[in-house]
Amino acid sequence: MAFEYAPAPESRAVVDIAPSYGLFVDGEFREASDGKVFKTLSPSTEEVLSEVAQASAEDVDAAVKAARKAFEKWSALPGSERAKYLFRIARIIQERSRELAVLETLDNGKPIKETRDADLPLVAAHFFYYAGWADKLDHAGFGPDPKPLGVAGQVIPWNFPLLMLAWKIAPALAAGNTVVLKPAETTPLSALFFADICRQAGLPKGVVNILTGDGATGAALVAHEGIDKVAFTGSTAVGKEIARTVAGTDKKLTLELGGKGANIVFDDAPIDQAVEGIVNGIFFNQGQVCCAGSRLIVQESIQDELLDALKRRMSTLRVGDPLDKNTDVGAINSAEQLARIKALADSGEAEGAERWAPACELPTSGYWFAPTLFTNVTQAHRIAREEIFGPVLSVLTFRTPAEAVAKANNSQYGLSAGIWTEKGSRMLAVAGKLRAGVVWANTFNKFDPTSPFGGFKESGFGREGGRHGLEAYLDV
Amino acid sequence: MSDARLSVLKTYKLFVGGKFPRSESGRVYEVTDSKGKWLANAPLSSRKDARDAVVAARKATGGWAGATAYNRGQILYRIAEMLEGRRDQFIGEVADAEGLSKSKAAAQVDAAIDRWVWYAGWTDKIAQVVGGTNPVAGPFFNVSSPEPTGVVAVVAPQESSFLGLVSVIAPVIAGGNAVIVIASEASPLPALSLGEVLATSDLPGGVVNILSGRAAEIAPSLAAHQDVNAIDLAGADAELAKALEIAAADNLKRVLRPQPVDWSAAPGTDRLTAFLETKTVWHPTGSLGAGGSSY
Repeated sequence: MAFEYAPAPESRAVVDIAPSYGLFVDGEFREASDGKVFKTLSPSTEEVLSEVAQASAEDVDAAVKAARKAFEKWSALPGSERAKYLFRIARIIQERSRELAVLETLDNGKPIKETRDADLPLVAAHFFYYAGWADKLDHAGFGPDPKPLGVAGQVIPWNFPLLMLAWKIAPALAAGNTVVLKPAETTPLSALFFADICRQAGLPKGVVNILTGDGATGAALVAHEGIDKVAFTGSTAVGKEIARTVAGTDKKLTLELGGKGANIVFDDAPIDQAVEGIVNGIFFNQGQVCCAGSRLIVQESIQDELLDALKRRMSTLRVGDPLDKNTDVGAINSAEQLARIKALADSGEAEGAERWAPACELPTSGYWFAPTLFTNVTQAHRIAREEIFGPVLSVLTFRTPAEAVAKANNSQYGLSAGIWTEKGSRMLAVAGKLRAGVVWANTFNKFDPTSPFGGFKESGFGREGGRHGLEAYLDV
Repeated sequence: MSDARLSVLKTYKLFVGGKFPRSESGRVYEVTDSKGKWLANAPLSSRKDARDAVVAARKATGGWAGATAYNRGQILYRIAEMLEGRRDQFIGEVADAEGLSKSKAAAQVDAAIDRWVWYAGWTDKIAQVVGGTNPVAGPFFNVSSPEPTGVVAVVAPQESSFLGLVSVIAPVIAGGNAVIVIASEASPLPALSLGEVLATSDLPGGVVNILSGRAAEIAPSLAAHQDVNAIDLAGADAELAKALEIAAADNLKRVLRPQPVDWSAAPGTDRLTAFLETKTVWHPTGSLGAGGSSY
């Protein structure tokens, strides 16, 4: 039986969204060169939040030129001065974190509990961490006096809009680069608020430029001859296209792409903790997480016990208003993404897997998908191979550790994996064999600015976070 | 010259999976010295040879990556020992291949031997230099360590037929990868002879696979191969390099682009780290209770 909760909505009054926003180029907001705009919606209500500029190729060119112009002075600043700008930004983010959390929840659809307790603290921490590197690059292990690359073109996704911005901008600026960043089409607002934070921090004009737009804007940015570095987080298909675009150039490339994370549960795992980890792994941010634990690989002998406990737990998840402080699962980010999740879930049924979801009432407007799990899944099923990017868990079983590892590694992806066992030697043996960039043992979906994040295989290359994350923005 | 003796010529063969096959295509091409004098026939590898080499390399990755770093270091050092014993042979081959005087060729060979020693020492040190624990803000043990990318295809430098070759192979295998290398097209003989050294150095078969022939013919199938994890374009010209990089995007191979390199200069760690992946493992640390402990 689920407890009944009274509504506990977070107030929207803390954030003031303007009816329209321009592009942030060379320290000023301006309209798109051709005057084009597009709307951004709240995915939980389909309410229009604002209208933002659609950057054209001409705008891309202007932003790259502004960044190039700013690069000369910015890169010549003593590291200690660049550091102080970044520390300022980190502090202003902390001050404005509730406002930004509400904004992010409105524009993205994810629960306020997550933006408030995960996204925003991590955003501020990321700037604070890389601020401290700006005057210590000589000691980072890349040789004496490592140089920045120049202008970085950065394209980020909609699942963690402000956090992905932080992962891109903080190390780039610390290393002395200037940036042109394009937020995702469906979540442009927090990047535009960040532009305002840059102004409050007194950041020199042109060091950070924000271009809102769609895939065409991103493609124009990536292909622009004036940039020295491309950093992209998003789908593997687009990542491959970008890799082809930069082939034969001197542009340095880092890609953080899709995943199909395996969450392996051994028969000695503490079931209740494992269930919490599985739920966190696949339902955090509605499963719209590249490192989601979307394949549960459970030892056959405990399958029934584990699935019973998991279904019980899933029945208590509260799906609904993302601004409600008690909400566990919010809205899917867009109609397009919802359609993709539905299509893949339908293919699971069509291919013979068994679908289960708790009884839960979904709001009538907005984009929603109930937490769902599939059993009787084979490795050949699309729901075991393709990234769903939604709250859908595919359950597979194994008998021996070797089989668990083989199944976990049977994927084009290699971003994340989880291991649940009480036996230390087994955990380490399995962790050593998994072809994944991040392995969470007896935990899942933990992030930290000091901890390198990124994938093996077709999950991309390069690392974000930690000392490793600097390499992506240094000429080394 | 009454004691004139007809010398025994060597049949140069590929080195794949620890064995010395001819090209499955049955093709050879003429290799000449810098003045155009015929030296030998070398196998003209086919795309099928390249695919066979990938199979051999993949088969070797588990054991090689799983060997201790100390063991890998000893084997790389053993290669240097074996090479030292055949120093004169390689001086002759490099002199012929690159049109160098004996003393200049000797400098190349000596540097190549020393390069194996340099990388032999790296195998059990690189993890501490590029990995380590990360001080995350929470009760977690968090450690990052480098792991081999897997199977790496290499287009060897065209000019530096031996020192350049060793300089691109050694870092790849030092990190625990297996390699398929396409030797210098015009001067493949030192590379093919290196196979004979590797075969007697306790290096497991398939860790290094050496092909001779036309890079433009073989490399595209390696760049597009779905079971190759990375590609080093050292010896590809700009046009070929771009085509290979585009093909490599299909399964997101790690790509090391061609760049001007002075092979006689001391190498850094770049070629080593280019083919390593960082894996980060988290585990809760638990707690001994709020009171802490003074013991």
